[in-house]
Amino acid sequence: MLTFLVYIVLTIFLLGFLSRLFVYARSPAPLKIATTPAPVTRLGVAWRLLTELLFFNSLFKADKLAWAGGLAFHGAMAVVLFRHLRYFIDPIPAFFGPLQIIGIVAGIAMAAALGFLLLRRLVFERVRYISSQADYGVLFLLLAIAMSGLLMDFVLRPNIVAIKTNLMSMWSTVTGLPPLNSAGDVVFLLHLLLVAGLLVIFPFSKLMHAGGLFFSPTRNQVDNPREKKHVNPWAES
Amino acid sequence: MADYHVPPVEDDIKTPSLKIGTMAHLAPYPATAKHMDPMGFPGERVENWQEKGIEKLGELLKKYRSLQVYLDICVKCGACTDKCHYYLGTQDANNMPVQRAELMRSVYRRYFTPAGKLFPKLVNATDFDEETLNKWFTYFHQCSQCRRCSVFCPFGIDTAEITMAAREIMNAIGVGHKYSVEIIGKVHQLGNNLGIPKPALKGTLEFLEEEILDSTGHDVRLPLDQEGADVLLVAPSADFFSEPHIQSLMGYAKVFHQAGISFTISSYASEAANFGMFIGSYDQQKKIAKRVVDQARALKVKRLVVGECGHAWRVAYAFWNTLNGPLDFLDPRYPAPQHICEFTHDLLKRGALTLDKEANDPYRVTFHDSCNVARATRMGPNPGGQFEIPRELIRAVCNHYVDMDEETVREKTFCCGGGGGLLTDELMDLRIRGAQPRVTALKRVMESDKVNFMALICAICKAQFTKVLPMYGIPMEMVGGVHQLVSNAIQLGANKGVV
Repeated sequence: MLTFLVYIVLTIFLLGFLSRLFVYARSPAPLKIATTPAPVTRLGVAWRLLTELLFFNSLFKADKLAWAGGLAFHGAMAVVLFRHLRYFIDPIPAFFGPLQIIGIVAGIAMAAALGFLLLRRLVFERVRYISSQADYGVLFLLLAIAMSGLLMDFVLRPNIVAIKTNLMSMWSTVTGLPPLNSAGDVVFLLHLLLVAGLLVIFPFSKLMHAGGLFFSPTRNQVDNPREKKHVNPWAES
Repeated sequence: MADYHVPPVEDDIKTPSLKIGTMAHLAPYPATAKHMDPMGFPGERVENWQEKGIEKLGELLKKYRSLQVYLDICVKCGACTDKCHYYLGTQDANNMPVQRAELMRSVYRRYFTPAGKLFPKLVNATDFDEETLNKWFTYFHQCSQCRRCSVFCPFGIDTAEITMAAREIMNAIGVGHKYSVEIIGKVHQLGNNLGIPKPALKGTLEFLEEEILDSTGHDVRLPLDQEGADVLLVAPSADFFSEPHIQSLMGYAKVFHQAGISFTISSYASEAANFGMFIGSYDQQKKIAKRVVDQARALKVKRLVVGECGHAWRVAYAFWNTLNGPLDFLDPRYPAPQHICEFTHDLLKRGALTLDKEANDPYRVTFHDSCNVARATRMGPNPGGQFEIPRELIRAVCNHYVDMDEETVREKTFCCGGGGGLLTDELMDLRIRGAQPRVTALKRVMESDKVNFMALICAICKAQFTKVLPMYGIPMEMVGGVHQLVSNAIQLGANKGVV
């Protein structure tokens, strides 16, 4: 039952995400509209996108609080996600040992950053005004995922070995519910369902900004319209 | 109409608290069938406008990656909310870039996304109804397409792209803006935005030749339709008739004269401006730009040089090659097209010009980066040349130069308040308020550095500032072109041009 759900969720997420990216990739960019000053080479553009991805350059120029909160959240989440690989790999590589503590700190940082972003949304008049129920919904969902994760680290520990065994078998069999022998196991189930929810809404929501960034013409175009004729695919003649 | 509100100017640009609908009353004059018909747009609002409008949105989503991606990926981080000059000057919530885009996003969600179809309330999806269309017509004509928001957006979301799409959709259902559509009609009829017929243009150019002869003793020519000239100069038509624009036109002519490079103006393509961009019409942009390229071929020129006009330079620099290129019939040794500042700067570097900086000693100068030049184009080979080349020119022709607050220049420059097809009298209240951030920064250097001249390279900025600065108690003589300063300083006959 749960296995089935996980497969469905992963399918929706992957197909949905990829099909959105496909729509972005397929839609034409008729004109050169890079926001200048822009790089004049492809390598320069790659660097522009990479630094936007890693450091949120534009956001840094715009709003220091949003930048700090956003970067802390995304950075922490990246570490947390990486640490989660240990639940899908067997045997676990040695370096996951020392990573454990870093991952837990990152988990706390992630929850704190989300709390800060939520607070920012509520406190600042202009940001509060532009926020819809969906904007809060995504924040609450992420916060619930982070908190349930931390809860398992600190208070209600599930039987992680059993869960992992079960998880690993899920890839090959269509049987099995996770063991529900303790409160921790229940928290794990909740954690899993919340993540499933996030993955399902991902392709249909603003979460598509992950991936979408790379298709933004103002950021991904080379500034060379005079040097090289940019062809509009739908132009007549 | 006469109910203008001049916002207070403080020491620094402050972000005001938001209010709902302070500018909801200010819609532009609608276009009538007289203006719309020649463009191929419906003369009045079509009967099934909702259906047609949504159909057009669907079509544009398939034609413009920018629109598709930008309607999808905004995370509502709020980084743009204090970046628009119209928000800063009006406090109207719908003038925050994210809210302006939301006017279209909410419709997009309703008709094109599963979430908006299933849970419209949850995701703020709205029908394309009368109220929404009214808001579109009002607020998509309160965006000057200056792209300042796109600099600060973590994903580079460019509200100009959304505004252009909105205007194109509205034109497609017969809801046009009179000012822009009427002007495009004039270009097709007479070759320029102002509707100047050839005899009047010829008369003006002859008058200017006499004027320069009288004041300098030099026979500087402003030739019209001269086949075989080296350069076709395409200037905004305001340069032929408006103050202070005309001073820059005389400046260009003196530079050509001094360099010994022959040039001509074309009566058929007597306009650099291209309002096709403002209404988001690819076809109109192409048609208008084609006049220039056709003339360059017909007159057998070797180079194309564009005068001081912001959005014209964007269309020329970024779009001409795509719209009507390749421009491979021109001399490959020079950029095609070339900005008049690049042209003059190049001559300066090659020692072809003798300049008397002291001629501009009465002036303490600052430079206003025009939005389209700053954020949508380049000059010279290096990124940022669009900032440095005009400044180097100014420093070469005057002794006193100072920049305004760094948060208000270069890529972070503030719009004059009149760009994007909004330079029309019925929007005067918006134009005055939208100028407030720029005026704030200007006033500061006027006080701290005794600045008394703001140089710039955009015909719309010049027209807007000469009209609006006096409302803030600043004399209109404060504003002029970079080539007006060049014109003052250039020593005719001092040095004989280039080889």
